[in-house]
Amino acid sequence: MKLSIKGKQAMWAYIFIAAPLLFFLCIRIAPTLYTFNLSLHQWNVLSPDKPFVFLQNFTDLFQDDVFWTVARNTAVYVIGSVPVGLLISLIIALMLNSIKKGESFYRMLVFVPYVTPIVAIAWVWRWMFMKQGGIVNHVLGLFGIPQQPFLDSTTQAIFVVISNIVWQNLGFYTVIFLAGLKQISKTYYEAASIDGASPWQQFKKITIPLLNSTLVYLIVMATIQTLQVFTQVYNITAGGQGNPGGPLNSTLSIVLYVYQLGFKSYNMGYASAVTVVLFVIILLITLLQLKFLTKKYDS
Amino acid sequence: MSKLKTCILHTVLTIGGLLIIFPFLWMIATSLKTGIDIYNLSLIPKNPTIKSYLQVLQSTNFLIWFKNSLVVAAITTASVLFFDTLVGYTFAKLDFKGKNFLFVLVLSTLMIPTEMLVIPWYVMTNTFGWANSYWSLLFPGLTSAFGIFLMKQFFEAVPNDLLEAGRIDGLNEFGIFLRAAVPLIKPALAALGIFTFLGNWNAFLWPVIVVDQPELYTLPVGLAQFSGESYNQWDLVMTGASIATIPVLIIFFIFQRQIIEGIHLTGIKE
Repeated sequence: MKLSIKGKQAMWAYIFIAAPLLFFLCIRIAPTLYTFNLSLHQWNVLSPDKPFVFLQNFTDLFQDDVFWTVARNTAVYVIGSVPVGLLISLIIALMLNSIKKGESFYRMLVFVPYVTPIVAIAWVWRWMFMKQGGIVNHVLGLFGIPQQPFLDSTTQAIFVVISNIVWQNLGFYTVIFLAGLKQISKTYYEAASIDGASPWQQFKKITIPLLNSTLVYLIVMATIQTLQVFTQVYNITAGGQGNPGGPLNSTLSIVLYVYQLGFKSYNMGYASAVTVVLFVIILLITLLQLKFLTKKYDS
Repeated sequence: MSKLKTCILHTVLTIGGLLIIFPFLWMIATSLKTGIDIYNLSLIPKNPTIKSYLQVLQSTNFLIWFKNSLVVAAITTASVLFFDTLVGYTFAKLDFKGKNFLFVLVLSTLMIPTEMLVIPWYVMTNTFGWANSYWSLLFPGLTSAFGIFLMKQFFEAVPNDLLEAGRIDGLNEFGIFLRAAVPLIKPALAALGIFTFLGNWNAFLWPVIVVDQPELYTLPVGLAQFSGESYNQWDLVMTGASIATIPVLIIFFIFQRQIIEGIHLTGIKE
């Protein structure tokens, strides 16, 4: 049989995508369905019996105190890091956008943290924020501020982790903001200046609306990323007793809880239920934010 | 803008920049100190020594972990570059039935967070006897939906005439892809390659779950383990952190332009 040119092209196309498609089916899609299925079972690696319990895992979840702690902590991670991180990087981007020389040099400085290994930097953080002998307490001492417990404190530890998250992501946000700022035509500002608009008015009426799509992209991305925080928490707050969730689980995040449930207690059915909840939250936030933020500036 | 304003901006930026790189300086400074000196809070070590580097490299598996990370990141990057480019090209430039459906299917996997997949991956690894092998570390990353999406965007900008010329010259479809299309998207290729490499080099969640033999740890997992055990020997912990960080810094300084351009390319195209 002789194939037409079109048929031949289609044949090549199927050959090209066959292996990757199989990969997506086996390594992404089937496992997702498997997780949904696991979440409906009482599934423990150590026990041969894995009974179907329907929504039992989910109802258990809502009565699980640790789950609520974890949900609250994760909310604190998002609320504590996303707005602050975006605000600081927007300020840096605005400054970089208004200088004539040295932009790429400063941009490089800000960006370095983003590419370095989270684990390594997490341990640097731990060393800096040590209660006794850490440099942060030393510097505070120079200003007459009393020594802080930081990682030993149930209220401060989570903010130490947040400071690390903010620091590590600043460069990425800044680069994206800068690219967005560069796309705004200078003529808008010139026209506004002639009309006598103050810099603040220009910022509010020109920069922010025209930066909207960049802002939406960054908020959604940063939120989703922070909801999944794991490595920083695991490494910065691992306690002496092998509990990485900080003092009294005060830094335990959703994904770290999943890790403990699934791979320390081997309670994989329950762990899967937690990931399903996280999946739904991520999905909802994405849809909500996109809708809310695009609407606001449509008119 | 006035001179004064420029001056203030540069001062603020310089102070901010120093604050941002301070943790690196502090890490390296501590790694060069020893004994009680590490509590002496000066950025420049009084008696700089590489003693802790020798100690860490000799008494731990750091070099092996380094090699493991390198192998895993290199294989993954090669695979992603090949498959993502090929699939991105196919979706952008070839016609076939089910194209839109299949593209949406691939793209929809971007919505699935990794932690939802690690339990099935772990079960797979144990069922198929992959545990404690390079394969178990690298199979989840062999292609990426994001890379496919990115490459498709770039190939769409490649003019069809060029591909037709290849067809007339008698190249087969793979030849057209390789000789006519790929050379035109080299910058995108560089960006995708660097990001995939760095992402895998720094990966922690899946490696810490799947590997339990110290000989197969990747650098981040080994570093976490080592630091937990050497707790309070901060000169050693900071040496470990420096060993993991310095190669990345070197890569960054070499490919700085491509990395930042890559972010521009990926971040702006929505």
